[in-house]
Amino acid sequence: MNFDDGGFMGSTLAQKIWNQHVVHRSAGGDDLLYIDLHLLHEVNTPQAFDGLRAAGRRVRRPDLTLGTEDHNTPTVAIERVIRDPGSRRQSELMRSNCAEFGIPLHRLGDPRQGIVHVIGPELGLTRPGMTIVCCDSHTTTQGAFGALAFGIGTSQVEHVLATQTLALHRPDDMAVTINGRLPEGVSAKDLILAVIARIGTSGGQGHIIEYRGEAVSALSMEGRMTLCNMTVEAGSRAGVVAPDDTTLDYLSRRPGMPSGPQWDEEVAHWTALRSDPDAVFHKGIVLDADGLSPYVSWGTNPGQSIPLDARVPSPDDFTDPQQRSDAARALEYIGLRPGTPMRDVPVDAVFIGSCTNGRIEDLRAAADVLRGRRVADGVHLIIVPGSAAVRARAEEEGLAEVFARAGADFRAAAGCSMCAALNEDRLRPGQRAASTNNRNFEGRQGKGSRTHIVSPAVAAATSVAGRLAAPSDL
Amino acid sequence: MYQFTVHTGSAVPLRRSNVDTDQIIPVRFLNRSQRTGHADSLFADWRDDPAFVLNQPQYQGATILVAGTEFGTGSSREYAVWALLDYGFRAVIAPRYGDIFRENALQNGLLPVELPTGAVEQLWDRVEARPDIPVTVDLQRLSVRCAGHSHPFALEEHARQRLLAGEDRIAQTLRHAERIAAFERGRRAALPVTT
Ligand code: SF4
Repeated sequence: MNFDDGGFMGSTLAQKIWNQHVVHRSAGGDDLLYIDLHLLHEVNTPQAFDGLRAAGRRVRRPDLTLGTEDHNTPTVAIERVIRDPGSRRQSELMRSNCAEFGIPLHRLGDPRQGIVHVIGPELGLTRPGMTIVCCDSHTTTQGAFGALAFGIGTSQVEHVLATQTLALHRPDDMAVTINGRLPEGVSAKDLILAVIARIGTSGGQGHIIEYRGEAVSALSMEGRMTLCNMTVEAGSRAGVVAPDDTTLDYLSRRPGMPSGPQWDEEVAHWTALRSDPDAVFHKGIVLDADGLSPYVSWGTNPGQSIPLDARVPSPDDFTDPQQRSDAARALEYIGLRPGTPMRDVPVDAVFIGSCTNGRIEDLRAAADVLRGRRVADGVHLIIVPGSAAVRARAEEEGLAEVFARAGADFRAAAGCSMCAALNEDRLRPGQRAASTNNRNFEGRQGKGSRTHIVSPAVAAATSVAGRLAAPSDL
Repeated sequence: MYQFTVHTGSAVPLRRSNVDTDQIIPVRFLNRSQRTGHADSLFADWRDDPAFVLNQPQYQGATILVAGTEFGTGSSREYAVWALLDYGFRAVIAPRYGDIFRENALQNGLLPVELPTGAVEQLWDRVEARPDIPVTVDLQRLSVRCAGHSHPFALEEHARQRLLAGEDRIAQTLRHAERIAAFERGRRAALPVTT
């Protein structure tokens, strides 16, 4: 229980941010929440602009709104025309709608273009204590900064465009505490897969998860973004990490940051954003990082994940009848036999990229594995930068060269690519991929595609081995 | 804008849980820019299978989908809701939903009814035994009725009122324009802008 702003009992970080943004509290239990930043991409938005036009409404705050092109965009070459007429039309509408309503848009080819959840932090727009929404479920990524960031549907996009607010019911709070230290070779991706395997795809439902504990503090901002990114895969509305020195260091290197006394003022505001010691969470779990090892998904939802060292489970391993039938169905789709060691699973393709693992740190981790090695014959390794800035940085640091020498297909343009399978990058039916994205749903990477979610290091090692592998196996 | 009061129709039993929005409408159909015209995209990959429940003649014309738990998890695509509505569904009944899907459904007047697993299983059995059995979803009385059995359900009161009245949410919020403006005046100057 807490009693709003600094009342009698402690508040969680999420409650504090929430309370600082309540414009109006309705009798029905909804809070009208002010939105500090509204991000848009081309796929889920044309209908929202149509709605505005039909009602004769304007965009209340174009200066708090930003569009990018990422889902449909080609990655092979920036000048490539989008072949699918429907997708091309969506991108044209994004451009004309943003122009009509005065919204800045980072088009393909702009050095600030990229996957929507990658560019917000990169451009210094994502800051602690903010409320951030976007027409995309992985908006949760930006909770890594101690911001309240979540995905919304198209009708809500229209609502935010028109009012800069959203009427919402406040979710409950959940604490996910990770003690200890991640062993060498185990990343934030492995950690979040382990968390989801433990709590399930609905374990965080109706809750905002706060990640805390020694292992979370030790993560880089990139790692925290990976963690918060997949929060939605646990059914949670949003994930947050309290801002600390790592956050401040990252922010201090962003463009457009205040300086001098104004910076100090911001820092004071940001560092006050933490859960009070007596804050009450509605539920929580505690995990030990020390015992973790690389994780990989075996089924068709992210909760169906196990250590790479393990074997494909059998439906009989599950006592819950629903889980048992889900497992049987998943195994049939994914084409794996119970008892098979995960390391014996061969792949046709490897995808490194997406808003989960398409940042520079992820590309560095992949390059560290690929340096001096070759991608196995018959395996297509595609690496897609999360943003144009990530691509430029990878060239500067010589990663592009490492990728080229290894025989990887390092794409020229940034975007969702094989995570969304909306552009030309997709798997053929029956093809199997190790992928650094966040979803292994049926058909996610193309009709009939089979996906194993992995970390960038495991993805790179898998591309070399031709079957699921950790760097230590090479 | 979208109203829901009481609806009676026949139902389809979808005995699956964790039906994510990628299944409800595969991504390749997201290249459309309208709210309507998505009926054929609904469960498109599963409909390739002649045995899939939506392909069975006895369930044609059904308006209520009865599904397993965690319906509509995953991607935020409102297309999933539009496809269900275009196909003819007015309500979904399941033990639990993905948060964003549920919100999208409420926004569009597709009623996401939450019933316990036991009640969902009973409905599956009844509908399979008699596919044309009428099922009533009553938002006024917050109950689902079928073959003389009544299952109560809950919905946040504000969402219920809004659906019963069919109110335009944006218009509702714009009534607070003064409060929004006042809030804006109090925002810290250092907050970032995109322009
Ligand atoms: S990379 Fe994948 S998950 Fe991320 S925004 Fe793009 S499509 Fe969505």
